[in-house]
Amino acid sequence: MGRAEANLEAVRRMQESEVFLIGAGIAKDTLPGMTDKMILHAGPPITWDRMCGPVQGAVIGAILYEGWAKTEEEAEVLAASGEITFDPNHHHSAVGPMAGIISPSMPVFILENKKFGNFAYTNMNEGLGKCLRFGANSEAVIERLHWMRRVLYPVMRDALKLSGPIDWRTMVVQSIQSGDDCHNRNRNCTALFAKAIAPYIALCDYPKEDLSEVLKFIDNTEHFTINITMAMCKATADAAAGIEGSTILTAMCRNGTDFGIRLSGTGDEWFVAPANTPVGLFFPGFTQEDANPDLGDSTITETCGIGGFVMAAAPAIVKFVGGTVKDSVNFTLEMYEITETENEFFKIPALDFRGSPTGIDLIRVLETGITPRINTGMAHKKPGIGQVGAGLVQAPMECFIKAAEYLQSH
Amino acid sequence: MSKITELLNQDMAAINLGLERFYDDLKAQRVECAQVNWKPPAANQDKIASLLAGLKDR
Repeated sequence: MGRAEANLEAVRRMQESEVFLIGAGIAKDTLPGMTDKMILHAGPPITWDRMCGPVQGAVIGAILYEGWAKTEEEAEVLAASGEITFDPNHHHSAVGPMAGIISPSMPVFILENKKFGNFAYTNMNEGLGKCLRFGANSEAVIERLHWMRRVLYPVMRDALKLSGPIDWRTMVVQSIQSGDDCHNRNRNCTALFAKAIAPYIALCDYPKEDLSEVLKFIDNTEHFTINITMAMCKATADAAAGIEGSTILTAMCRNGTDFGIRLSGTGDEWFVAPANTPVGLFFPGFTQEDANPDLGDSTITETCGIGGFVMAAAPAIVKFVGGTVKDSVNFTLEMYEITETENEFFKIPALDFRGSPTGIDLIRVLETGITPRINTGMAHKKPGIGQVGAGLVQAPMECFIKAAEYLQSH
Repeated sequence: MSKITELLNQDMAAINLGLERFYDDLKAQRVECAQVNWKPPAANQDKIASLLAGLKDR
């Protein structure tokens, strides 16, 4: 199969993917290849000594949550000891926003690509500000993680059993048409999910105070659905992986130190370069100086034609990530220059319902010099602090050059 | 009247390539103008051109 044909096949599989939210489980019992002393993280592979502040902070938090250490100091010694295996989420069919930490006893959502038969997994969203995924690890952060395991998880698991599979692509389609980009604006998607799941939460056999707490938590966590949407994209991108000769991207992700990409035609190979630092808007008390370089698996959304690629559909997002409404339209228009096709499902009302730019092609990126545009949350560069704002960033060209060099030599 | 003066005395319609500031200034003066987003080729252009030449034939 030639490159043109292979790329058409890759985007055909992306377009035909039908991904459903089918349930919830515990990471060690659910994720393929997850072992007892393993911590998964966002982005391409990285060792403890090269991890950025927020990822180290989140790892320390996960060790405390698992009860493997009693103090932060003990946790840091354990993390550096080599006793814990660190592995990318992507190596376990999973994704997680920002630090993306998944430890063995954390609850995860399960999604199934019913068209192609593959699965994807993701952790559950903790809210904004002081959260593990932004590197915070205070007592309140760890206690919320325990509440999620003890109360949120069983309610979600049982409610999803009662509801049956939820067609997540339809949720995303409706949300984009209502002003979400489904990366940094998830207000509509979370509201739609709350509406869909509430009748089944009400039927769960737990104290009604717990059910009320769960509904309030979802309502207060406007990014609650970003994790689920990311897993939809992971299940979609994985279905498009492994097509010989294809130069379509099937992963873009960051660990706060490196930015990594994968191509459909180059299997499990990572092409990495130093991550850029986002520029954007900051919470009171923080400045650009506090921002960590780009972090998280959430660029799987842009990989599948949503997020930064549909900013034209989400003008209100500029109040969160910076820029102007005109910029949001221009960002989307620019992405048509580097993508293979226009999405049959993700339509942008402000562009006369034009399909979103879908299927980033390495060759087009190299030809145009345009790299994918991303919107993102920003973590403090020091461990233990948390989110400082949200902003805009682009993938580094060096990843794409490395991928091209690899193709030329193979 | 020189050709250039003749041209400048006509109603102007402009296409601006690249830096949007020039487009904004013309619009502020109510000059008909279209903006084309363009930027100079990326750094490493020779290296990228050589890589592309090898890959595009596949």
